[in-house]
Amino acid sequence: MILVWFIVILLVGGLLALLAGLVNRNLCRWIALATVLANFVLVVAFWISNPTGGSTINNFDTNSWITAYRSDWIPPFGISFHLALDGLSLLLLMLTFFLGAVSVLCSWEEIKERIGFYYFNLLWILAGITGVFVAMDLFLFYFFWELMLIPMYFLIGIWGSGNRVYAAIKFFIFTQASGLLMLLAILGLYFVHGQNTGNYTFGYFALLGTDLSANVALWLMLGFMIAFAVKLPVFPFHTWLPDAHGEAPTAGSLILAGLLLKTGAYGMMRFAVPLFPEAAASIAEWAMLLGVIGIIYGAIQAYSQTDLKRLVAYTSVSHMGFVILGVFAFNELAVQGVVMQLLTHGISTGALFLIAGMLKERLHTRDLDQMGGLWGQMPAMGGVTVLFAMASLGLPGLGNFIAEFLILMGSFDVNVWITVAGTLGLIFSAIYSLRIVQKIFLEQPARERAQTRDLSIREGIALAVLSLSVAWLGVYPQAVIDAAKPMVDQFTSVFASADDRDRIPSETVSELKIHPLKK
Amino acid sequence: MQNLLWSIPALPLTGFLLLVFFGRKLTKSGIAFIGAGSVCLAAVLALIIGFSFLADPPASGRFAQMLWTWFEVGRFAPAVSFYLDPLSLVFVFVITFIGALIHIYSIEFMKPDGDYARFFASMNLFVTSMLILVLADNLLLLYLGWEGVGLCSYLLIGFWYESPANGYAARKAFIITRIGDTAMAIGLFILFYEFGTLNIQEILTNIPLVWVEGMTIATIVALLLLAGGVGKSAQLPLQTWLPDAMAGPSPVSALIHAATMVTAGVYLIARMHTVFGFSPMAQSVVAVIGAATLFIAGFSALAQHDIKRVLAYSTISQIGYMFLALGVGAWASAIFHFMTHAFFKALLFLAAGAIIEALHHEHSMLKMGGLKNRLPVIFWTFLIGSASLAALPLISAGFYSKDQILWYSWASVKGNGLLCGVALAGAFITALYTTRMMLLTFWGEAKTEISHYPGKLMTVPLIVLAVFALLAGFAELPHNWAHLALFSDLVNRVLPETILQDQLVSEWVFQLVTVLITLLGVFTGYLMYYKPRNAVLNFKDSWLNRFWFSGWGFDKLYDLLLVRPIVHVARINKNDITDWIYRGIAVLNVKLYRVFSLTQSGSLRWYAMGLLIGSIVILTIQLMI
Repeated sequence: MILVWFIVILLVGGLLALLAGLVNRNLCRWIALATVLANFVLVVAFWISNPTGGSTINNFDTNSWITAYRSDWIPPFGISFHLALDGLSLLLLMLTFFLGAVSVLCSWEEIKERIGFYYFNLLWILAGITGVFVAMDLFLFYFFWELMLIPMYFLIGIWGSGNRVYAAIKFFIFTQASGLLMLLAILGLYFVHGQNTGNYTFGYFALLGTDLSANVALWLMLGFMIAFAVKLPVFPFHTWLPDAHGEAPTAGSLILAGLLLKTGAYGMMRFAVPLFPEAAASIAEWAMLLGVIGIIYGAIQAYSQTDLKRLVAYTSVSHMGFVILGVFAFNELAVQGVVMQLLTHGISTGALFLIAGMLKERLHTRDLDQMGGLWGQMPAMGGVTVLFAMASLGLPGLGNFIAEFLILMGSFDVNVWITVAGTLGLIFSAIYSLRIVQKIFLEQPARERAQTRDLSIREGIALAVLSLSVAWLGVYPQAVIDAAKPMVDQFTSVFASADDRDRIPSETVSELKIHPLKK
Repeated sequence: MQNLLWSIPALPLTGFLLLVFFGRKLTKSGIAFIGAGSVCLAAVLALIIGFSFLADPPASGRFAQMLWTWFEVGRFAPAVSFYLDPLSLVFVFVITFIGALIHIYSIEFMKPDGDYARFFASMNLFVTSMLILVLADNLLLLYLGWEGVGLCSYLLIGFWYESPANGYAARKAFIITRIGDTAMAIGLFILFYEFGTLNIQEILTNIPLVWVEGMTIATIVALLLLAGGVGKSAQLPLQTWLPDAMAGPSPVSALIHAATMVTAGVYLIARMHTVFGFSPMAQSVVAVIGAATLFIAGFSALAQHDIKRVLAYSTISQIGYMFLALGVGAWASAIFHFMTHAFFKALLFLAAGAIIEALHHEHSMLKMGGLKNRLPVIFWTFLIGSASLAALPLISAGFYSKDQILWYSWASVKGNGLLCGVALAGAFITALYTTRMMLLTFWGEAKTEISHYPGKLMTVPLIVLAVFALLAGFAELPHNWAHLALFSDLVNRVLPETILQDQLVSEWVFQLVTVLITLLGVFTGYLMYYKPRNAVLNFKDSWLNRFWFSGWGFDKLYDLLLVRPIVHVARINKNDITDWIYRGIAVLNVKLYRVFSLTQSGSLRWYAMGLLIGSIVILTIQLMI
């Protein structure tokens, strides 16, 4: 039932903010903040009471589910309102409400027009994202998938900057077109499963393990994969992203990079791969290759940008390349790395977008060539930027390092050469990350400018919380790993045979005192 | 006492955190108290723990302290866990002790600077990372320290951030070392899949069980680790960042780019010596890289004007000697040279910093001169450091450590005449450029007025270091003199002994030759630079000198092969070629829309005609089928 509450609170909060906007501007800010914080407190409390993605219910074949809610919605078509939560969903919900709160905070001063409608859109996007992370009925999943799209379109199109209408339409067409392919694939799966069994249903658990010919499975999987690949984004479907990120308001970029991209990764791990494991395995090498191309291409593109937000957008392309590399490695190390990457990338890139927004507010530009020499005036912001630049280049001690190291280590076992190429991303990420710091804070100012103030208290709190989280994930991330473990085990168990490629013969294992978890 | 091991890195870490959060509210003396105090305390603690470790060694000869499991995924469970054995003890001692002296020196040296807190915060973070690097009991934690020192090196090279050149030097240092780090990361992946762990001791003990000597996988791993070491220690072919790194303040050069961080590669190879032991091929690569680097960098040092760049090339060259020693299996000698080098090179950098500050920030030796009587303390300490660098026989610490390396480069089973010849040539050049540096800086006529005299906080660390640069060598005498081998007895508890060839000339003869070569170098330097002759002055403008001056053209080569192509591709593709596909689709749609909208002309005649033609076409098709 708590899952329903998450969504209802956000939807109702959005409506209240819309109404409050007619009366009092401040009231609707506080309503939005209270709504998101309420959800955040709820989910943290829930996590504390269920720390290790455990087996409180056993309704399904596996025990990786923590809680679920189900009621009929449109029974004639086999559509139900079915939500369920496992460790992965739980972690992503935490991220959603966490970044949601940050995005409310960072919109506080930035948004001055139609505040009520703005927060309505913001909260409804969050509701859509929440739904995506817990929906266990494919029709319902598609419904939420669309629900997060439309308010996002408004957010970019109304409150964006400069070329916002172009960016909003591009975003909409890319996601909508690929979403339609997914709808086709969902319907295809629905009918095939119905014909096979006579049970026409959109239920995720029923559709798992549907008997499909290899060819049909491949095409259906591609339908899902393309939708998720556009969202993630995977090279060469990434070109909507720099435009959308660049023009969106700060909170929009934050939610896009921090959360919306994650729905693509989540979709792959929850639907595309588990529904069609053989088909997914058959394209694994190609997917990993595209991931590595994305890692390097995104990094080089990031290096070439002069617009700070477009630069950070391309770094997302690069970091999400690691995600698809890890997902298609199908082993525990890599998939745990992917889960970490989803969280740490959300935090670190979110922070970079926040900083970009703060700079825009002060300097009225996103052009790196117009910045420079800001350290003297804003040492605190400079220090935080160095921290997140380091997170972005994968400095050990910060969460991103563990994520990328695990992904590379896991995929190394599967494909040495692709992984080695992906490891080069560590070098390129250093090149663009250091350029961010250099261009903004170091050297001489590019032009005369008035004194700019350093972080305000509100900004300081937002960045401090993000900094602490990324450091915590870098030093002691075990809680996250434990929470994700049941899901990761479930995900990789399908491919267990591929994981058994250990070079040490089994008889020496005990002698070498290697950790007993080794298969 | 050994249980306090964790607090050696924790102390400077505390200092770092305090300075980051409260640095702007503290007075300068408060900052100095925290910044230097934390490291001094760590040094005292390290000494106490070191003595208790030596006086009362644990039964196993090593002490491990587990703090927490960093994370655990499947069977991969790296821990935050420290490991103290004689090898890491030597490094901990050098890092904290020299680090403390350099911090004290910096209290005065950095006083005029506005960003006092940022400086000490970065220095404290550096000491923390370096200690983690040498104390780590697994390679992932070592990698954390490894990258952490890289970050601090970046922050401190670019400390004076207003100048774009400093920022460039800082990024260059970070990126080039990252190339090595990345190779090392791949090495870690392989080690994990080979041994199921990244714990160093488990790997080392399991290597003989899993590998056979000369296996390809051993060579690959060794070469990947070597690549990491080559990057950090500025050896060929990744040496180009270190001379530019001199853009940082002098204490930074002394601590990071001379005494400690740049020797991380030596530590890594010594720590993972079994891997190299299983790959004779990779080990000889280490020796060749060391010999080539010491030779090339020596000539470059000879051509520089900037006193700090002379020292930078000399550092590259001296680390080349350490790599050579590692490559010929003289493990203990490499670590011994690391220690003496840390003393005398830190001394030289600090003294050079004092000179530069005294002369209105003048770096060029050509504009110095005549400082012998005007800065006596600096002169005498610098002289002692130079003597040690040039390895003047009997009286300098550098002699005792370098003599071993030269001897083993020939006498060890892995040594040969060529390596030894190059090393001897390097010894000659070292003596030559050291003499040149001394003569240009301290003799001749004074060319720049002294604006500022160093105070006690700067001179006392110099004197202490000078004492060590003289005496540290006596920890280990050449074994044909007397049996006094305190140092190698200590580190050979964890490192293998050097195996000698059977038939050798007497070590006495060999020592005589090396001594003569060194003295010849000093004498040649005297002849060439005391009263410069025309031939010397003409040579200064020759292409060969310019070639040496530019560091043998490596920068240009990399610029041409790597930097420019990547920057070029990035620049022309700024607007993302893949977007053209989608723009193409969009343009096509617009065109189609234009064409079709033409048909909607509003003219009745056209519509009637359209209807007619349409019906005819449909009827025809029906008739045909």
